[in-house]
Amino acid sequence: MNSLSLPAKASAIFLSVVLVVAVFAPWISPYSYEAQDAASVLSPPSASHWMGADRLGRDLFSRILYGARISLFIGVCATLSAVLIGTVYGAVSGYAGGRTDLFMMRVVDVVFALPDLLLIILITVVLGRGVAAIFIALSMVSWVTVARLVRGETLRIKEFSFVEAARALGAGHARILFNEILPNILGLLIVTLTFRIPAAIMAESTLSFVGLGIAPPASSWGTLANDGWTSLKFYPHLILYPSLAIFATILSFNFLGEGLRDLLDPRGKSKPS
Amino acid sequence: MLRYFFKRLLHGVPVLVAVATLTFFIMHVVPGGPFDQDKKLPPEIVANIEAKYHLDKPLLQQYLLFMAQILQGDLGPSYKYLGRDVSAIVRDTFPVSLTLGLCAVLVTLGLGVPAGILSAYKQNSALDRTCIFLATLGISVPSFVLGALLILVLSHYLHLLPPALWEGPRHAVMPAFALGAAFAGYIARLTRSTMLEVLSSDYIRTARAKGLSEASVLLKHALKNAVSPIVSVMGPIAAGLVTGSFVVEYIFSVPGMGNFFITAVTNRDYPLIMGVTLIYAALIVLANIAVDMVYVWLDPRVRI
Repeated sequence: MNSLSLPAKASAIFLSVVLVVAVFAPWISPYSYEAQDAASVLSPPSASHWMGADRLGRDLFSRILYGARISLFIGVCATLSAVLIGTVYGAVSGYAGGRTDLFMMRVVDVVFALPDLLLIILITVVLGRGVAAIFIALSMVSWVTVARLVRGETLRIKEFSFVEAARALGAGHARILFNEILPNILGLLIVTLTFRIPAAIMAESTLSFVGLGIAPPASSWGTLANDGWTSLKFYPHLILYPSLAIFATILSFNFLGEGLRDLLDPRGKSKPS
Repeated sequence: MLRYFFKRLLHGVPVLVAVATLTFFIMHVVPGGPFDQDKKLPPEIVANIEAKYHLDKPLLQQYLLFMAQILQGDLGPSYKYLGRDVSAIVRDTFPVSLTLGLCAVLVTLGLGVPAGILSAYKQNSALDRTCIFLATLGISVPSFVLGALLILVLSHYLHLLPPALWEGPRHAVMPAFALGAAFAGYIARLTRSTMLEVLSSDYIRTARAKGLSEASVLLKHALKNAVSPIVSVMGPIAAGLVTGSFVVEYIFSVPGMGNFFITAVTNRDYPLIMGVTLIYAALIVLANIAVDMVYVWLDPRVRI
């Protein structure tokens, strides 16, 4: 199979749209995300408010467009930094081997022992509940998974003869790591990235939903869903649309990740599963 | 086996000490305390409160006091729920969370394993594709979205199940499903891929050649060998259930430990946060030990 599967392609298109919308939210959205309109308080979806309005009369569609900025920013950037940290850490640990490796992996084990959400909550208790705090907390938690993965691959790849050949040619450690070993993990890293991003988005929205994540007035999709939660029975549209945004984005990332895995990581051997 | 159990238990101790130490110091570098209020309290009262909770002592001494308390099974007083200590709160709420967690495990295995077996058995059929699709849906749906949807449809529109509280088996159905669905999806996919691998092996062909019934081949020969990978992911799943639980408890107003944990974080009730974190960590350590024990018991090739 040389091209992406159909669901993966569709997902890639959908995610590109979401990304464009997030970046250009101020120009695309019909209203400002904080403009209050007393006449349309809690109005259901209509021609003027596509997804209805919240209890302050703010246009939900606009708020979801703006929410995409925060949710995606946190999901993508926290994952990128986690993958970066994890890759360097794991590669160095696996490449160095011996006692260095043992010590570095002990540190990973301790972070790994605590469940992600719990650790993120503890960190945000210290750092506050801003976007930056959640970003740092998410990065600090999820780099360990990447580190483990990269270490394992490094251990395997460094025994190959092309690495030995590079060493025989006089390549230094840094050169071997960055020119020989890391390019061979790139496919795995891209797949990991696409699977970690939805996990980060899920974690952030879950925390924001229970009121432990992003604090208003900044609103991620999770915060919006929490807003809608209190009026679930009478104004279900308020929770429906943010939830749909979260769900569709996570689902698309998962489909894309599966497609990429089949394409880039032939050892993933889980056929079209 | 028993020796192995105690050895593993002993290995869990440093993890718990690390967790206790970590949470203690994290909680104490936080600016602002649980007694900060909009209205400034008179200094004498602040001094009194701090003396009562040993907050006036040096940090190291507070730490040692805290650790000594834990060793006696005392998790300290709650700052917010006056007159109740953390151990009592945990004692009241833990059984609720545990029941919810076990029900969710039932959902996870009860839905995931059969779906995975069917999917593998009818590989590439419409049934297989439906199962895979549902599994991916389950993995992608956050539990609070599923929970809200269940409440909306089953409680508000159809009036089939109670939307909140914890007063009987009917109250457990939706929370257990909301909590277990994602893991069921995960287990279904795992079961499918290991079953596919097992089903293509020689001894399955032999079993079929012997003229055994399909059910016997699937359940007795194949599943037995596919079960190890499923058991080995139950450790991480237990951890996921533990943290997933507080979201679900929040949505369904279940009076469990997770719900108290959320309130404790919002109230900065430090002893309660530390206590619950510690219990969570202990649970995960225990779950991992249990998983490893089952693993060894299932697969005699694994050396202790």
